[in-house]
Amino acid sequence: MADVALNPSTAEPAAKAVDRASVLRGFRLGDLAFFNLTRGAALLVLVLLGGVIVALIAGALPALQTFGFGFVTSQSWNPVTEKFGALAPIYGTLVTSLIAMLIAVPVGLGIAIFLTELCPPVLRRPIGIAVELLAGIPSIIYGIWGLFVFAPFLQQTLQPFLISVFGNIPILSSVFAGPPYGIGVLTAGLILAIMVLPFITSISRDVFETVPPVLKEAAYGVGCTTWEVVRNVVIPYTRVGVIGGVMLGLGRALGETMAVTFVIGNAHKISASILQPGTTISATIANEFTEAVGDLYTSSLIALGLLLFVITFVVLAFARLMLLRLEKQQGK
Amino acid sequence: MTARVSFAGRKRSNGVMMGLCMAAAVFGLTWLVIILGTLLWEGFSGLSTAVFTENTPPPGSAGGLLNAIVGSLIMTGLGVVIGTPIGILAGTYMAEYGRHSRLSTVVRFINDILLSAPSIVVGLFIYEVMVIQMGHFSAIAGSVALAVIVIPVVVRTTEDMLLLVPNPLREAASALGMPRHFVIRRIAYRAARAGMITGVLLAIARVSGETAPLLFTALNNQFASTNLNGPMASLPVVIFQFALSPYADWQKLAWTGALIITLAVLTLSILARVVAARTQK
Repeated sequence: MADVALNPSTAEPAAKAVDRASVLRGFRLGDLAFFNLTRGAALLVLVLLGGVIVALIAGALPALQTFGFGFVTSQSWNPVTEKFGALAPIYGTLVTSLIAMLIAVPVGLGIAIFLTELCPPVLRRPIGIAVELLAGIPSIIYGIWGLFVFAPFLQQTLQPFLISVFGNIPILSSVFAGPPYGIGVLTAGLILAIMVLPFITSISRDVFETVPPVLKEAAYGVGCTTWEVVRNVVIPYTRVGVIGGVMLGLGRALGETMAVTFVIGNAHKISASILQPGTTISATIANEFTEAVGDLYTSSLIALGLLLFVITFVVLAFARLMLLRLEKQQGK
Repeated sequence: MTARVSFAGRKRSNGVMMGLCMAAAVFGLTWLVIILGTLLWEGFSGLSTAVFTENTPPPGSAGGLLNAIVGSLIMTGLGVVIGTPIGILAGTYMAEYGRHSRLSTVVRFINDILLSAPSIVVGLFIYEVMVIQMGHFSAIAGSVALAVIVIPVVVRTTEDMLLLVPNPLREAASALGMPRHFVIRRIAYRAARAGMITGVLLAIARVSGETAPLLFTALNNQFASTNLNGPMASLPVVIFQFALSPYADWQKLAWTGALIITLAVLTLSILARVVAARTQK
């Protein structure tokens, strides 16, 4: 059609002109339709986020109205008397994520440094690909492994060891107070660490690779050791990106459901010992939501979800801003 | 003198730190190998044809995972079918029409957050807007929950891939008199096709292991069902239920199901890499 319209020197010019106009109108309409279609889809992404927030707030409203601010400061979680407080799940979420980050960040950064600076080039790609593939494995796999393999293992080895070593030291003895259950806050934290490890590794490796080789070569040229290059060139250059990557990992750990639910023990209490069972926000929702009877119970669980969403939103937004700053720095 | 001492010290600290990095690599990779090893061992020992031909059994008897596998396929497929077009269109807007517009900047930021938002929250959202409205759990609600997770993945890859298409290609097409939507659909999409397929494959890999969003949308079903309006079993939820049960038969099936999911996810991720690698040539 288009080439007919572009060739006006043939017979019946008037008819052709009409034809051409209608074709062009068709093009314009098609353009307009497609533009609005794509714009609508882009807006839908915003609507989705707005919808999540509105739906959660609407669902959480009865609980928030009943308990007010006390919802986040109360420890009681009693479906019979319908008294609900979120402190124990919040505490469990924060502590398990803290344990996970304490282990996964140094180890993940170590692996990333190994991959970018030390690894023989032959192994670099296979290990890198393996780490990326592992980052995609569903969390339920980590959960089932944690339940059947890791928890019994910890119960027989690490936990008795911790109890006996720290048993006589004043403060630490209560942090590592027995008995060894296998499942519990520490186990959940360790599983989370293993789960976010590939994630943190692959992001920090990508971030480390943004360092211009010239900078590193210059540092090596003046006689720096590998560690000095990493500490004085690679890490300062990528600091913002590394923080962003770590925060993304933290966002994962905070919101993770299945890996934790299997091994946390689902006990609504805050114990000083990290060997005792506890619960997290996501584990509480996953375990209790379908069994929740009564509007207030359901509403309290949705309020927990709202809290989780707010916490992870802040963490993830911070992470993205950090990574955006790294991108801008590269753009310069 | 001091220089020589500090040189030895520097060498030593270098050795220590590099040793630690290497130890971290060995330590981290060991755990991941152990997990995969256990999974293969436990999963393959329970693998048989019955797994693919029989439905989930009542406690204490033998059976398979047929209804769960079928349910997973249906809901994943439907979720991808719903989510992919929306994701591709939104990504198209951000890369083609509004590359520097404020809307794109905001959507990009929000999309990145949705990309790693806790999936259990998505489950709660769909419960609120679909399950309560419909009055019962349903496979369609589960599919929509999965679609919500598919969208950000597809948006991200579509935008990235379209941005890689060189502008002269678009300019040449426009110079021939093509309208904008023709340029996008016939030229840009074609040039970025492999990358966009990669994105969809990654999205499928991502949702096929998702458990949390299905727990209170599609729920579970002991029996074979293809009714989209009723509860439907899915592999992850069945694994969750069976693994936490006290029955040895069920636990065995949970391991086998976990193996099936892992193999499916790994296959999809590798396929996505192959497709992506082919375009880069």
